Amino acid sequence: MKYRYLKDVVTLKLDQNKCNGCGLCLEVCPQQVFTMENRLSSITDRDACMECGACAQNCAPRAIYVRPGVGCAYAVLMDKLGIKGKCCGDVCGCNLEGISDY
Amino acid sequence: MYEDEAIPCCCSPQEQGESISYIDSERFLSGTIETVIGQVPRVKAELTSADKIGSFKARWGVGRMSYAVALGLYAVGNPTPDSPVLVSANYKLSFDCLRQELGDLDLWILVIDTKGINVWCAAGKGTFGTAEIVRMVDKTSLSEVVTHRRLILPQLGAPGVAAHRVKAESGFRVTYGPVRAGDLPAFLNNGFKAEPEMRRTTFTLADRLILTPVEIVALLKPLAGLALAIFLLSSAALVVGKIQYSLAAALLQTATVLLPFIGAALTGAVLAPALLPYIPGRALAWKGWLLGMLLAIILVAFLYGSASWLLKSAYLLAIPAIASFLSLNFTGSTTYTSLSGVVKEMGVALPVMIISASLGTVALIVSFFI
Repeated sequence: MKYRYLKDVVTLKLDQNKCNGCGLCLEVCPQQVFTMENRLSSITDRDACMECGACAQNCAPRAIYVRPGVGCAYAVLMDKLGIKGKCCGDVCGCNLEGISDY
Repeated sequence: MYEDEAIPCCCSPQEQGESISYIDSERFLSGTIETVIGQVPRVKAELTSADKIGSFKARWGVGRMSYAVALGLYAVGNPTPDSPVLVSANYKLSFDCLRQELGDLDLWILVIDTKGINVWCAAGKGTFGTAEIVRMVDKTSLSEVVTHRRLILPQLGAPGVAAHRVKAESGFRVTYGPVRAGDLPAFLNNGFKAEPEMRRTTFTLADRLILTPVEIVALLKPLAGLALAIFLLSSAALVVGKIQYSLAAALLQTATVLLPFIGAALTGAVLAPALLPYIPGRALAWKGWLLGMLLAIILVAFLYGSASWLLKSAYLLAIPAIASFLSLNFTGSTTYTSLSGVVKEMGVALPVMIISASLGTVALIVSFFI
């Protein structure tokens, strides 16, 4: 099942004119936001984007823009309150250990 | 990437001024193998009971921030200069997760310094990143140990790594492996190709529930504070009401009044995550509010039917707010919420929660004296 978050909020942008068709964005995206169309990357499921920034980081020709960040309310709240260094491990489970990465 | 922009994420122990203490490596090593750079420790591919106890404690928040393994190159099985190199975090849970899947394989693991944080979170912070990978490749003289020039990274490390820059700076080409360690043997046997389902994050019931122990532990302190406040209010009300004061009466009232708040906390921190995909709506604050409201209505209509209207109002106002806040907090544990989305829902939800919880608190306090 694919979880759906809020509609039309993410900052993801793709400039197809700069795309070299390497396909790395398709490979790194954990949410299958991109597909290849006519040898160029294309955003086909923009609302699934979680703004992790993997695509932009790995895009050599800099065709992708996204403001990367972690969708964690606790972190945003602490940031707004100007409290630094009080985050996961202390309070929330944002280590995402559930998905058993390595 | 856009490194100058603030990335709110987890802190590392070092930022908190704590030092990392490494796990006793004897527990997971079995001998060494000889290479051109000298002895390389070999890791066991199975977990011992000590590893499992350590994982359990980390999940409940005990010693979680100092659960790290030493940096450097490790061997699995009997690797040769042709064997693949996997890159991993120095968080013990991540490291265990990786090595227990590698039973019959011969390969190298390069453990880089992620400050004792797992791959995904460290990648978001950039500590699982290009510079650290290049540094460790150089430090371990990896190019002398292996003849090929390929590093296999966990896909979830990609937010911190620029593959093209690793190649330019270290000579090693980055190949992103599957999301889950369990798919690595298939990926390696398949010529470094990941099937589409190996590239997807999942978020099953087990994935959601494994994160709840830490949330429950975090709730104990605020609940204890609330219990104390209610106890003091009960005692004050008994004294003011010129009723013969008895500790038993105060404690009984405290337990009665507190119980729905414990229910609210469990609803937001456990029930909402468990039922996440089945609760209508998209915003997590909304999902939590809805469950909290259902709980409050059930309590007020049945279990607390004889309570004062003020106490009933307090529950109807405060329980949904508490459940809503806690399920909003669960955004940090999900695999699909974006920062922009979280900021948007917080803008709507926080003011509602604050007003609702404040009115509920006033109603609760007054209810003791009327």
